[in-house]
Amino acid sequence: MSSTPVLLDNDQIQARSDALKDRILPAMLAAMLGLALVYGAGFAETAQLHNAAHDGRHSASFPCH
Amino acid sequence: MINPTAFRELVIAALWTGLLAGLLLTAVQQIQVIPTLLQAETYEEAAIVSNMENSHEHHEWQPENGLERTFFTAAANIGLGIGFALLIGSIMCLKSRPANWRIGLLWGLAGYLTFFVAPSLGLPPEVPGATAAKLADRQNWWLITVFDTGFGLSLLAFALTRTNKFFGAVLLVAPHLMDAPKPEVPGSAAPVELAQSFINATVFANAIFWLAIGGLMGRFYKKDL
Repeated sequence: MSSTPVLLDNDQIQARSDALKDRILPAMLAAMLGLALVYGAGFAETAQLHNAAHDGRHSASFPCH
Repeated sequence: MINPTAFRELVIAALWTGLLAGLLLTAVQQIQVIPTLLQAETYEEAAIVSNMENSHEHHEWQPENGLERTFFTAAANIGLGIGFALLIGSIMCLKSRPANWRIGLLWGLAGYLTFFVAPSLGLPPEVPGATAAKLADRQNWWLITVFDTGFGLSLLAFALTRTNKFFGAVLLVAPHLMDAPKPEVPGSAAPVELAQSFINATVFANAIFWLAIGGLMGRFYKKDL
């Protein structure tokens, strides 16, 4: 597999690495954390979690029992 | 590797947003959502007493009615609020322009359409005691609908070509063409008017919840990059 080599100057490389560590990685980590919380509040089937979050789930229109 | 300050700013904004929006939702729910739900529960319990075999799910721990139950509902609402705020925040983080409360309201509206309106068209919010299709089927349909709607709305809003916008519109409609899972025997212990009043109440409560999440997140999340 050969791909056309793209030459980036130092500024471009720096800009890409800044975007990765300032935006893309924090956004991905936050999104994963957010999905985990939404799953816990809305979907997790543990009886305790279900009963604690019961009214919230009905209200938010999550499929519930 | 990851910029810890950028991540911390996002998370702190989401924590405050989720806390406030969750408390606001809990208050709004007390107006109509919870009273309707409790009323429906009396019908559900009456139905269970007359049909004892179905009472298995009531042996587990559940919060006592009153303050304890409201406390756990508030906790669940706040958890959900933080989760949704993190999702909105992660989009704001990807954008190069910093957000403000007006942009936030638009993201809140998008979240409301994606996570509440679209799935509710096929699976309306239900009071306890209503018959429903298998949980896993409903959850799958819910997930597909939320994913399709979110992706479809982003294409409609941001795609550069007409073909892609059209594809976005198709995605919006697609989940509603394949029917949402329905119970074999539709029915509810509670009267129809109660079920309808519950739907109306949740439509209102979730609109407030989402607009609060979007607006507050836009206000609190200041990227100093």
